[in-house]
Amino acid sequence: MSFLIFLPLGLIGLLGLSLAAGADDAVMYGHGLLMAAFGFLGIFWVIARDGDMGGPAKAVPGGVNYNDGVIRAGVVASTFWGVVGFSVGLVIALQLAFPVLNFDLPWTNFGRLRPLHTSAVIFAFGGNVLMMTSFHVVQRTCQARLAGGWAPWFVFWGYQLFLLMAASGYVLGVTQSKEYAEPEWYVDLWLTIVWVVYLLVFMGTLWRRKEPHIYVANWFYLAFIVTIAMLHIINNLAVPISLTSTKSYVLFAGVQDALTQWWYGHNAVGFFLTAGFLGIMYYYVPKQAERPVYSYRLSIVHFWSLIFLYIWAGPHHLHYTALPDWAQTLGMTFSIMLWMPSWGGMINGLMTLSGAWDKLRTDPVLRLLAISIAFYGMSTFEGPLMSIKAVNGLSHFTDWTIGHVHSGALGWVGMVSFGAIYFLAPRMFAAEKLYSLRLVSAHFWLATVGIVLYASAMWVSGIMQGLMWRAYDSLGFLEYSFAETVEAMHPFYVIRALGGLLYVVGGLVMAWNVYQTAQGRIRDERPYETTPAAPATAPAE
Amino acid sequence: MQTTGTAFEQVAMFAQTWGLVYLAVLFAGVLIYALRPGAKKKFQDAAQIPFKED
Repeated sequence: MSFLIFLPLGLIGLLGLSLAAGADDAVMYGHGLLMAAFGFLGIFWVIARDGDMGGPAKAVPGGVNYNDGVIRAGVVASTFWGVVGFSVGLVIALQLAFPVLNFDLPWTNFGRLRPLHTSAVIFAFGGNVLMMTSFHVVQRTCQARLAGGWAPWFVFWGYQLFLLMAASGYVLGVTQSKEYAEPEWYVDLWLTIVWVVYLLVFMGTLWRRKEPHIYVANWFYLAFIVTIAMLHIINNLAVPISLTSTKSYVLFAGVQDALTQWWYGHNAVGFFLTAGFLGIMYYYVPKQAERPVYSYRLSIVHFWSLIFLYIWAGPHHLHYTALPDWAQTLGMTFSIMLWMPSWGGMINGLMTLSGAWDKLRTDPVLRLLAISIAFYGMSTFEGPLMSIKAVNGLSHFTDWTIGHVHSGALGWVGMVSFGAIYFLAPRMFAAEKLYSLRLVSAHFWLATVGIVLYASAMWVSGIMQGLMWRAYDSLGFLEYSFAETVEAMHPFYVIRALGGLLYVVGGLVMAWNVYQTAQGRIRDERPYETTPAAPATAPAE
Repeated sequence: MQTTGTAFEQVAMFAQTWGLVYLAVLFAGVLIYALRPGAKKKFQDAAQIPFKED
């Protein structure tokens, strides 16, 4: 049965070849060849695996035949894309501080590298983390093997092909210019196929479950997969100028296009960067703390209220625009209501440590998970605040927004992902334990100090920028020219780049730690005390 | 219930009234499901699912 995978792979290869053969432009030619390579090399890869679709990392007699192979690949891919995405971020941060670093080349200027950075961290790093952890969590909480034979591998490799086509397209100037939805029509269609297979694998595994109740983390993952499918398809409705051209025109125009885009954009935040990663929180925090979630009931209320409210919040990206006033107010109101589920979720995550707070001293992996929840609380407090029209009038288009996004992305998404990677690395590579907990602690501090530098620099810079833009002199003229505001922000751009550098170094430390763990090595270091200090004298027997 | 106006106005009116009722009732149902006293044991067991196997 397993050789049935050759049929779709062969068709993908032929499709790639025909796209390359009839290509209207160089990028379509290259991407056609990439797709052909995917299909044909995929066939060889399947043959070379000789029917090995992935087994459990540690085989237990009588245990479930888990597919840990694809999760192991996810650990490598997540770590790799994390370092790439953070590094490109550092480059563009330095470009803003020192414009000469644009090198006056089309391929390296800020406009092309910025979507490379955002897609690399959100979709490449975050997406691989979500796929990897969802495949792990759904198998463990259902006590069932991943469904679909080779399908999980198709999802993994197909997603990497999507990332390669998207990233190379940006650098070569192929974009449909929708923020966070930059890939062109054919890349979008490819992702749709991969995503539908992902959904089928996930639901198929749920269907096979031995456990009657579906654990709450899976609800969050399922909401993430389903909603992203819906958002992706609707926001990317477009008409290509020909079937062999990279260029297309979006279906919507004007304010309808803007609203569709920010309905997509904000729910990418809500369902990709929040719901998906909450799935991580609800499984890995209890596992690492070795105690059940603080309140399972609260987790259900958290889930449904998040689902009910988030989908309406998008219009807060379009305050004071052509969007009708009532829609702006609706977006603002729902954003403010989001305070409740967000903080309910934060309390639920943090209080899981109740009675185990001492573990934060001795377990740096748990410390990463705990600080991620703290950042979740902080950035979901800041977001609704910024969605209030009066505040937005000051903050919009300024660096404050960038600071807010990064406290959520680096603090919440990044830290919770690092925690999950450190949890999975020894288990998936069947190592005794992590190579080094001291290096995890070093990563924790590098990342934390990096975020603090980043976010505080952007607060100061953003509010200053907003205030300078709206400053009038006594005659009613604008007090500052735009160039003067840019000049004033320079020191903060340097501080931001320094914070980014620390975050990149933290990512490299993690990559080293994961690599050594995969090799089964254990660093010779002073262990953390895991038991309270013993009394000085032995008790009398 | 307004039945005049353009198709858009009718759909909008329906969504703004019965749509709201539908979502509110659905959410109330979720709260009852989550908070009803009889489910205490069920949810305590569910919270233990991650610890069942590795």
